[in-house]
Amino acid sequence: MTTEETSATAAARAAVTRNWLRNQLRNIAPFLTLLFLVLFFALASPSFVTFDNLANILTQISVSAIMAVGLTFVILCAEIDLSVASVANATGIIVAFFTLQEASVNIANIPLPGALAIVFALLSCLLLGAVTAFGVTWIGIPSFIMTLAMLEIGAGISAMLVRGQIAYAVPPLITTLGSGSLGAVPWIVIVATAALGLGHLMLTYTRFGRYVYMVGGNREAAEYSGVNVRAIIAAVMVISALCSGIAGMLGVAHFGSAQQDEFDNYLLDSISAVVVGGTSLFGGQGGIPNTIVGLFVLGVLNNGLDHINIDSFLKILIRGLILLAALIINVYAQRLRAEKPLA
Amino acid sequence: MDGGPLSDLARATSVAGSNPVLELVGISKAFGGVEALRNVDFALAAGEIHGLVGENGAGKSTLMKIIAGVHGDYAGTMRLGGTATRFRSARDARDAGIGMVHQELSVVADLSVAENVFLGEQPINRFGAVDWRRMRRNAADHLRGLGIEVDPCAPMGSLPLGLQQLVELSRVLFSGARMIILDEPTSALSPPEVERLFAVLQRLRKAGKSIIFISHFLDDVLRISDLVTVLRNGRKVTTVAAGDVDKRWIIDRMIGTGHDQLEESYIGDIRLDSRPNAPVVLDAQGLTAGRAYRNVSLQIRAGEILGIYGFMGCGQLELARTLFGKFAADRGALRIDNRPVRFRNTSAARRAGIAFVPESRRSMLFAHEPIYKNMSISILGRLSPLLLKPALERRLARDRVNGLHIRPPSVERPLGTLSGGNQQKVGLAKWLTFPPKVLVLSEPTRGMDVGAKSDVVRIVRGLRDQGIGILVVSTEPETVLALADRILVMKKGEIAHEFASETVSKDRLLAVA
Repeated sequence: MTTEETSATAAARAAVTRNWLRNQLRNIAPFLTLLFLVLFFALASPSFVTFDNLANILTQISVSAIMAVGLTFVILCAEIDLSVASVANATGIIVAFFTLQEASVNIANIPLPGALAIVFALLSCLLLGAVTAFGVTWIGIPSFIMTLAMLEIGAGISAMLVRGQIAYAVPPLITTLGSGSLGAVPWIVIVATAALGLGHLMLTYTRFGRYVYMVGGNREAAEYSGVNVRAIIAAVMVISALCSGIAGMLGVAHFGSAQQDEFDNYLLDSISAVVVGGTSLFGGQGGIPNTIVGLFVLGVLNNGLDHINIDSFLKILIRGLILLAALIINVYAQRLRAEKPLA
Repeated sequence: MDGGPLSDLARATSVAGSNPVLELVGISKAFGGVEALRNVDFALAAGEIHGLVGENGAGKSTLMKIIAGVHGDYAGTMRLGGTATRFRSARDARDAGIGMVHQELSVVADLSVAENVFLGEQPINRFGAVDWRRMRRNAADHLRGLGIEVDPCAPMGSLPLGLQQLVELSRVLFSGARMIILDEPTSALSPPEVERLFAVLQRLRKAGKSIIFISHFLDDVLRISDLVTVLRNGRKVTTVAAGDVDKRWIIDRMIGTGHDQLEESYIGDIRLDSRPNAPVVLDAQGLTAGRAYRNVSLQIRAGEILGIYGFMGCGQLELARTLFGKFAADRGALRIDNRPVRFRNTSAARRAGIAFVPESRRSMLFAHEPIYKNMSISILGRLSPLLLKPALERRLARDRVNGLHIRPPSVERPLGTLSGGNQQKVGLAKWLTFPPKVLVLSEPTRGMDVGAKSDVVRIVRGLRDQGIGILVVSTEPETVLALADRILVMKKGEIAHEFASETVSKDRLLAVA
């Protein structure tokens, strides 16, 4: 081999590496962010790297994790669901509404057996998801606007049912899953893990999952390949509502109360988790592993900021800046991939 | 120049322009490793209409993009009125008096004719508001000066395509263009509209404007041009006076030799090998869809290629989409294998045995996904109801890649890294693992070079011989003539003529369109 050939192969190899790096930017950047945050908080606070605190973080991110599973499906399809927190809130309130409350709670509710209350709550969130799906796929309302309407509808349902009051009791199964533990592991962490695992299996190993990626990658091409694009988009909207509903019920049990505006922070948290994790806002790229990294980035950030004793108002600003950085990387990674790969 | 006869040189020198307004010398341009232009010379004089012809991929559009300032990084020299110039942007070119009218017009359908003429530079009154009256008056004067009779208040979208094109041309002129590039200006026009366009072009020539006329329609080029430049494979073959040569001569220069089948479709008669006795697989009766097409009835037969030809916008593309459940018809009945069907979406059409390859690569391919996923997308349901079988997907894709000689022969490469022709093959290949009953191809050879075109012709004929019913829809007569066994000609949304079991030529095809 001549020197020229050697340098040519070296150059080719460098090009391959560059290509790989630019394609993996959306996966690498969130991971590096997570490493950096963990390192930073570990050095800044002795109480951060403890087993108890890891358990804390896991518990803290569980509710948004369940919502983020559904959102991952939606964002992979290049749609958005702004109603997740609102649907969660409504479903949590509905399950409490159908549960016998203590005498001190002044809500005109309808007590039912626990199993029935859960079924009704699940049906409600599925119905809300179906309405969203209908609006987006059948009427053709952009999901951004449709789910904004659904956000308001969910808030309205919540407000109507509790009328400014607070309900506390939920069916025993929900109480266990939301606030109980299996040995040392909180049930809510197990449920969140199961939801993430199930979502990953669906996206990676099923026909439906492949369609989700293809519809997000190029909707027109999917349609011209004979994929029922409307059905796929309707399905992800319903899946998202179902995940939100489950997160809402467990969240109510976890917080110990069902009231209006309880989940307001969770909309931003769950969307941030998906986007910070590197799932493309333009659809077709990313997945549950990205979402998991994103959840940890946000979880570590929220938790770590408490450990270093920082102004709680500054905390909000920092979260905003992190989200902005993630958005920039997200769009930048998309642009890199859109360019012609190196020959 | 690759061995042209002496007469070429003689012709070329005899017509060399005396005082060019635009001159390109030794232009070369490569994209990545692919050479698009090599050492091309080109000159344009004032008051000259200069035809530019060549196969797709010959370098016409690259050359025009250099002139129009889209590509700034090329080798060679461009001189404008004798001064060496290099445009850095399309804006530079426009400021230097070069305008372009694209095949896909850039008019704003919802604005009036006058607003379109003045797009971006509306006259304003002394309060800084748009002076509507002056704008309408000036637009009317300007259009009349070009011999275009049109109401300046009419919404652009309400005009026929031919008039929209003239309004766009007048806008380009109005913004100060002295040199105008027309890209395929006659492809969507009816014969009377072509006459009107040519009258306007003659007028511009008299006024000393220079025009570059790019077209596949050689008759049109020869009729209107003073000079014709032929490109082939990125090189200039020759520049001749249009009056000295005929179509046959130009075609020989354009495609060289060794592509008899394609050459045949450019000129001369084609014998249609129709199969009137083959079983009908798809039967459409009285399909009507709003303004797109009306009362279309047709039969697609097993083992026969039905071609539908028509000018751009005559409804044939919408008709093809209707057969794949993508464009809803208001009325009419569709039967497959003699059973009535109704497609509510493309998925239903696919399950009924219809395959569709759209005209644009962008709408058939997932550029970032590997080849095997691009191929398996249409057949996942038949491989397994629930779980994916990636090993099987890869194996089936490998068979297709080998069978169609797709290069490079890897099923893992992201599709976007393949060449255009190979991408197109993948778009076709994905339907072939489980052969469909009916294959609908929309513009199957658009933008392909000669080699890729002959590949497509061979593949599609092979599929026909397997007994698939094939529909080829195109606005290029060559494509339909090269492929079809039977031809329907559509005109303004209706079927105007059928050619079956007879000889047909491009002239006869165009005569009824």
